[in-house]
Amino acid sequence: MKIMVAVKQVAALDEDFELQGDDRGVDPDFLIHDLNEWDDFSLEEAVKIKEAWSTPVEIVAVTVGPGGADEILRKCLAKGADRAVRVWEDAIEGSDPVAIARVLAAAAKREAPDMLFAGVQSSDQSCASTGIATAAFLDWPHAAVLTQLELAPGAKSAVFRRELEGGLLHEVEIQCPAVLTIQLGINTPRYASLRSIKQAAVKPVEVLSLADLSLSAADVGESGSASRVRSMYRPQKGSAQLIAGDAAAQAARLAEIIREFKGGSP
Amino acid sequence: MSGVLIVAEQRRGELRAQSLELITAAQAIRRAGDAVAIAVIGAAPDALAPALRLAGVDEILTIKVDAAEFDPETVEGALCAVIAEREPDVVLIPHSVDSFGYAAALAAKLRLGFATDVFNVQRIDGELVATRGGYGQKVNVDVDFPGKRTVLLALRGNVFKPPEQAASPRITAFPAPAIASRSRSRDFIELPAGDDVDMTGAEFILSIGRGIGEEANVGQFRELADAIGATLGCSRPIADAGWLPKSRQVGQSGKTASACKLYIAMGVSGAIQHLAGMKHVSTIVAVNSDANASIFGVAKYGIVGNIFEVANELRKLF
Repeated sequence: MKIMVAVKQVAALDEDFELQGDDRGVDPDFLIHDLNEWDDFSLEEAVKIKEAWSTPVEIVAVTVGPGGADEILRKCLAKGADRAVRVWEDAIEGSDPVAIARVLAAAAKREAPDMLFAGVQSSDQSCASTGIATAAFLDWPHAAVLTQLELAPGAKSAVFRRELEGGLLHEVEIQCPAVLTIQLGINTPRYASLRSIKQAAVKPVEVLSLADLSLSAADVGESGSASRVRSMYRPQKGSAQLIAGDAAAQAARLAEIIREFKGGSP
Repeated sequence: MSGVLIVAEQRRGELRAQSLELITAAQAIRRAGDAVAIAVIGAAPDALAPALRLAGVDEILTIKVDAAEFDPETVEGALCAVIAEREPDVVLIPHSVDSFGYAAALAAKLRLGFATDVFNVQRIDGELVATRGGYGQKVNVDVDFPGKRTVLLALRGNVFKPPEQAASPRITAFPAPAIASRSRSRDFIELPAGDDVDMTGAEFILSIGRGIGEEANVGQFRELADAIGATLGCSRPIADAGWLPKSRQVGQSGKTASACKLYIAMGVSGAIQHLAGMKHVSTIVAVNSDANASIFGVAKYGIVGNIFEVANELRKLF
């Protein structure tokens, strides 16, 4: 069995960030990169399946991103992925989740996995779209926000629970192959050992171009996307009244708020 | 045709409240002469139609399908058919766990304009513009949809107020195409209480988040919660790590803290789902060392500082 795990290098903002000159993005100097938190869980879910069965399971981590994204692929290799694939060329810059999904689907057609995992959403743009859009391009069944999964290698179907609002779970059976998006908390992602990090550092990352996937520049970037960033700006400050002073003064005001509340309730 | 198509969401035979908020959002983007239709998909959609007879709705489309509960391929099939026949300019859906399961697939299949977690919609010079957050809500992003005939927008909950006034829209039964779905609903499972606590009924909650650093620190905040008379709750990462039972988690996917009136969040940065689940609370006090934490966006009072120092000082006062 082969499981493809789609991963993303996400960016968090430095405390004092600045916007780009065109006000359509953040100045890259203020971005801190890492593996998307959700993807850490979906990779772990694949590794758990690999470890639970004697049937061989191959895990391929695939990302769409520039050279810097090799860092997260090495992290995936260190945590149990067998192979790493990165798709990039400059035309992909500015792609939205739908365009990225088109690339991932093309990569999946090339890899022909039995299952595709993706994170529910990314921590930076939180669109919750890429995995499920990939399913549409593959015409595979799909499900989102899984917090439990029973999947045996070679099985025709899998059973999962998805996490609904308000503490409710929905149990569903789905035909394989399928695209499943994985929620935080489905497992406990492992830390990579120093030894596996060293081994991963010398493993190859396969780099593919659009042509390798029979895609063209028109399939990605602005022309391949479902939306376009018009402008980016700082939100208005929240209306929170800031409680000033040192910790003692802040706590004193907080105690007042608590006592006012208690005084007002029976 | 043109106009706005709203997709109502139902679960276990009940409309989800977020669906009605979309009716209000539709008024902000409908153009003169635009009709607003609201579709409800289910095994018995007629039963849900009366609750949709609200001001701002011109037509209710009942779409009867085989699947009693949410099934992505069934919903996509039904909406493909409606969009093909009605050709709406805009399709509004809730940003919800169900829409996570189908919206992007629908957008990809039909090449729609598409954005999720949208909290503002407007027309600028006639052009549709949607606003969403980026980088953990630290920036706002306006997106547009050049050249797209139809735009699908998933709107964040608790942003638009549902209409209260009743109206008499016409009701049309819309025939759904037959779909051989490749997944099948089996059961619903309530999250076990698993603890002695009822978050749903708690009026005063002290909640802890990632900022507490390590499990050994939970005890200090549990003790503080007891001292000030609050119920101890937590954000997702604390429950996922097993530091507190899942039944203590508040936010959108945890228990709904519907009775909560005073919420003190310590070291909770405020993931979107957490904020969405707590937005109804009248008094939120956020204590966080990061002045840019998004929780300050919904809080009534903000304390920028070290949560351990504030907690220690507060403990002395009770």
